[in-house]
Amino acid sequence: MPERFRLRSRTSARTALILLAVLLVTLPFLTEATLGRSWIRVLDFALLYIILALGLNIVVGYAGLLDLGYVAFYALGAYLYAWLASPHFGLHLPFWAVLPLGAALAGVFGVLLGTPTLRLRGDYLAIVTLGFGEIIRIFMNNLNAPVNITNGPQGINLIDPVNVAGLSFGKTQQVLGLTFSSAHFYYYLFLAFTLATVFIAYRLQDSRIGRAWVAIREDEVAAAAMGINTRNVKLLAFAMGAVFGGLAGGLFAAFQGFISPESFNLWESILILCMIVLGGMGHIPGVILGALLLTVLPEALRYLGDWQRLVLGEVLLEPTDLRMLLFGAALVLMMIYRPEGLIPSRQRKREFHAEDGVVEQEQSSLYDTRG
Amino acid sequence: MDIFIQQLINGLVLGSIYALVALGYTMVYGILELINFAHGEVTMIGAMVALAVIGAIAGSALDLPGLLVVLAGVMVAIPACMALGFTIEKVAYRPLRRAPRLAPLITAIGVSIMLQNTAMLIWGRQYVSFPPLIPHNSHEILGAHITDLQIFIILLSMLIMGGLWLLVQKSRLGRAMRATAQSKEVAALMGVNVDRVISATFLIGSALAAIAGVMVSAYYGLAHYYMGFMLGLKAFSAAVLGGIGNIAGAMLGGLLLGVIEALGAGYIGDLTGGFLGSHYQDVFAFFVLIMVLVFRPSGLLGERLASRA
Repeated sequence: MPERFRLRSRTSARTALILLAVLLVTLPFLTEATLGRSWIRVLDFALLYIILALGLNIVVGYAGLLDLGYVAFYALGAYLYAWLASPHFGLHLPFWAVLPLGAALAGVFGVLLGTPTLRLRGDYLAIVTLGFGEIIRIFMNNLNAPVNITNGPQGINLIDPVNVAGLSFGKTQQVLGLTFSSAHFYYYLFLAFTLATVFIAYRLQDSRIGRAWVAIREDEVAAAAMGINTRNVKLLAFAMGAVFGGLAGGLFAAFQGFISPESFNLWESILILCMIVLGGMGHIPGVILGALLLTVLPEALRYLGDWQRLVLGEVLLEPTDLRMLLFGAALVLMMIYRPEGLIPSRQRKREFHAEDGVVEQEQSSLYDTRG
Repeated sequence: MDIFIQQLINGLVLGSIYALVALGYTMVYGILELINFAHGEVTMIGAMVALAVIGAIAGSALDLPGLLVVLAGVMVAIPACMALGFTIEKVAYRPLRRAPRLAPLITAIGVSIMLQNTAMLIWGRQYVSFPPLIPHNSHEILGAHITDLQIFIILLSMLIMGGLWLLVQKSRLGRAMRATAQSKEVAALMGVNVDRVISATFLIGSALAAIAGVMVSAYYGLAHYYMGFMLGLKAFSAAVLGGIGNIAGAMLGGLLLGVIEALGAGYIGDLTGGFLGSHYQDVFAFFVLIMVLVFRPSGLLGERLASRA
């Protein structure tokens, strides 16, 4: 009996997996048929944000380091792509050469920023990373004179689309009798990267390093006593997160064909942080759900404007203005009522709802000023 | 040399404003070990409320002297900000006092976003200008110019900081605040109402923020829903520079940061051969912040270590 039961559960898991795969492959066409072509772009962004959120999740969720300047790494990846594959410098390198370079550049900056700051306590780190994010943005905004490096606030235009075996992702084309627009191509490209990211995130989580990260998050002193080189392991988390940020930046630049400093402001960092907090810090399915919700919901919020026009005759509250307000409220409410997120990992849930006295005491001692 | 003195004066004016805001950060951090991210936004609300009142009076038929109108604006802004600070602590921070460290910080970011966007919905995206109510008398010292407003800002800040120093060192409330900062539990055992002390801290910090907000908007002649963000970050940097949790440190850090920023912005063009210009002014605060955290995490006057693992 148990044998048969196990067999059945294995086959049902396989069926679910196949169904999911079919759904993921046909999703852009289903979306185009039901919601319209513009929603495929929303899907593309959702995948991009899943990569970003999973990258930041390594830093915030696994290692417990609050990074508020994550968007700086995203910006570095995007700008490097734009420099090496656009008419701005007249360089047109292929994407498979540029993407790893962007990821590497972001990783190097992650190490550069992490080395001096990671010995600081968490909340200082938050402010320093936030400052770093702003510095990068200020430089991107102003490095157009006397030597034009970033083209200032206007940004860089006409960035090369991804090109695979002579197939340009920038144009609408017929493949196997189906019409693929640019958004379709990027959907599959991003899907591949997202799946790879999810795979890496899972493997990291169960690895020796992943367990070291969690140990540091829980108690840095105890982790050090267990023989973990806390500085290097934290630095690794920081750099890993940055690498995913740089990668996503390159993908973003190729997909948009245009980047400007505006795309990389602090709110972008906060948005990605919201995704993690909302879904469940440190838990991969939670983070994916958070990223999906926060990319799709704002799009759905746009309909709020139409409803207002329909019911009230005018748009009283601009939905885009309302969006950030709701995000802020969501952060506060989540932290007060459900700090472990919508789909938390079992461990996290225990931590946030600690009933046994030891943990309680431990946490309260964190707030002792001279403890 | 004229530029040096001029920038020094400008820096001192900016620095006294930073110091007022930094006090709010440092007092809250001293007691709760929380970076009250929303403090910059409280400053912004102070400026916006004051400007709304000033605009309403200036636009009405009343013909009051300019300074009285500004005073009325300040008098409305202070209680408004105090109420706001009190509410923020009660609603957003108090339920999380025993939560893991990251939780209240994330809440603080949430509150900050909410305040900013509420301000945007109320006052719009455009800059609100400060009506020309304050006379523009300029004096000359050693080849540099200083206006009445600049003198007033520096003097008033000094006065307020002196008052606060007395309050913290001499008064009963001040003693309770210092005791709470050392240990909440022991202070509570000694009969200190810790919740009330924390509320008082937020009230005082918010009142200072309101005054600083009006000063900034009067000085630049502008206010904007986004102004609190940068101001808050710089004031926080100032608090860290002086040694966070240390009240005299916040004052010193504020003044110093203002001067560094003004001199840096004045000379960066010459130093880099024109490669970087004065629009990099905002970078200095972060640069100082990172340098302090790397080389002296306890700040200039702080005794507590920032990395207490």
